[in-house]
Amino acid sequence: MSVDAATLHAPTADILAARPSTLLMRGVCKTFSTGTVALTDVSLEVAAGDLVSVVGPSGCGKSTLLRLASGLDAVSGGTIQVNAAATSFVFQEPTLLEWRSAQKNVELIDELRGVPRAERRRRATEALELVGLTGFERQFPRQLSGGMRMRVSLARSLVAEPDLALFDEPFGALDEITRLRMQTELQRIFRLKQFAGLFITHSVSEAVYLSNRVLVMSGRPGRIVADIAIPWQYPRPPELRYQAEFAALTGQVSAALEGGHE
Amino acid sequence: MTAAMTSAGSRPPATGESAETQSPEQAAHGAARRTVGRVAAAVGPMLSALAVAVGVWYAVTYLVLAENRRFMLPPVHQVLEVSVLQSSHMTPMLQALWLTVQVAVLGLVIAVALGVTQAIVMVQSRWMERILYPYAVILQTMPILALVPLLGIWLGYGFGSRVVVCVLIALFPMISNTLFGLQSPSAAAHDLFTLKKASRWQRLTKLQLPAAVPSIFSGLRISAGLSVIGAIVGDYFFRQGPVGIGGLLDVYTQRLQTEDLFTAIGLASLFGVVVFSLFATLDRAVVGHWYGMVRR
Repeated sequence: MSVDAATLHAPTADILAARPSTLLMRGVCKTFSTGTVALTDVSLEVAAGDLVSVVGPSGCGKSTLLRLASGLDAVSGGTIQVNAAATSFVFQEPTLLEWRSAQKNVELIDELRGVPRAERRRRATEALELVGLTGFERQFPRQLSGGMRMRVSLARSLVAEPDLALFDEPFGALDEITRLRMQTELQRIFRLKQFAGLFITHSVSEAVYLSNRVLVMSGRPGRIVADIAIPWQYPRPPELRYQAEFAALTGQVSAALEGGHE
Repeated sequence: MTAAMTSAGSRPPATGESAETQSPEQAAHGAARRTVGRVAAAVGPMLSALAVAVGVWYAVTYLVLAENRRFMLPPVHQVLEVSVLQSSHMTPMLQALWLTVQVAVLGLVIAVALGVTQAIVMVQSRWMERILYPYAVILQTMPILALVPLLGIWLGYGFGSRVVVCVLIALFPMISNTLFGLQSPSAAAHDLFTLKKASRWQRLTKLQLPAAVPSIFSGLRISAGLSVIGAIVGDYFFRQGPVGIGGLLDVYTQRLQTEDLFTAIGLASLFGVVVFSLFATLDRAVVGHWYGMVRR
């Protein structure tokens, strides 16, 4: 293991006492009915104001981790504690309803909760403004670019005012330029909304740029092999990606990834 | 005039008429001619084919068939004179066609209602799908003719049985297309609704049914065409009460009224073409609108 012992993941009592954790996973295991062991003994903690990234090789159970945290799937062992009035989930694909305009897609969540029309319209307009889509409210998904569709998806997740925001590789399918732009956008929104975020990605630089902690997972069965703190204050300028200190940290994460492979 | 000239001058060189487009009137004239040209290009080949077909028809009537066998393919002008232009022949045919239209419309409405309902029931549970879908397939593959005698005994030989035949023939595409559409939303879309604790009803009305709209309309296009066939088959076999166009086909065949037979076939085909084009247009319009491709 090339990571020093201090940064290895160990949820200690004083961390837990300092800030109430929004998401707390302890000894979580997941075995599918097919017998596949997806996760073994995963413990992690995300507090308000934390944006925690999880990186790992494909098939290591990163997405499973997120599905467990959201309650979409049940754990096979261990406990998950969520202290959030509202949780949001951003999928790999924008997952928009093709027959609804951008505005109507964002309104969907409130529609399902029975929020009155005028109120949900106002909230959707605000959310679209937050992701920089003012003027595109009436466009349908097919009329929008990939990046814009993902912005609509972000807006839809924000409309619920989440305390816990879960992201399942949301920018993985975007082109490089759009991807970098979306990272900056997400960081700005995160600073504004101060939710607790759990961000799954396969991009080391994305994880380091966005989050204040990076968890590294090993290949299947997935477990967390490193917990690396990212020290920089937000907002982080885009140029940070080209600094030596940034390279040093991505190197450290990559090394942990390599170690986890063996 | 000068302004028109300048604007014509600054315009990129147009094809063909560029030298003539010097005044707005002439430009409008050019545009009209272009429209005519487009229509001619679209319809021209079709009309030429029709002309060739009529030519072949005459050739067969006069060159192939002996005079005593000419009734098998009476010449076009004779069909027009003896049948189409005779209101005493045309009126009963149009009345019969109207009856067939009623059977087809009623049959289609019932097939759509049944088909969509059954698909909705099937999508509610895998068990329901396993129970119901095989029977839908059997219904589709079973030759309707085999059912005709039984239907006659059960429901009589009138309007009711005609409608039932029509429904049986038109039903399956509605079931299969609606089911396909209801099952089209992605797993992630379903996850979204699960995460937001949507009720079964919300999932159906806000996710599955809206997603199924395009396939429902393409099913409707197919079923509408089949309902025409079903209605004609229906009134071919069930003759009690007022006669439909399918019944007339048989009457004219029995009496060797081939001019009228040709007219009746023509009317039945026209009915089919009209229904098909109507629903094809509807399909395109609705699906385009559904995804916001047409500006409101």
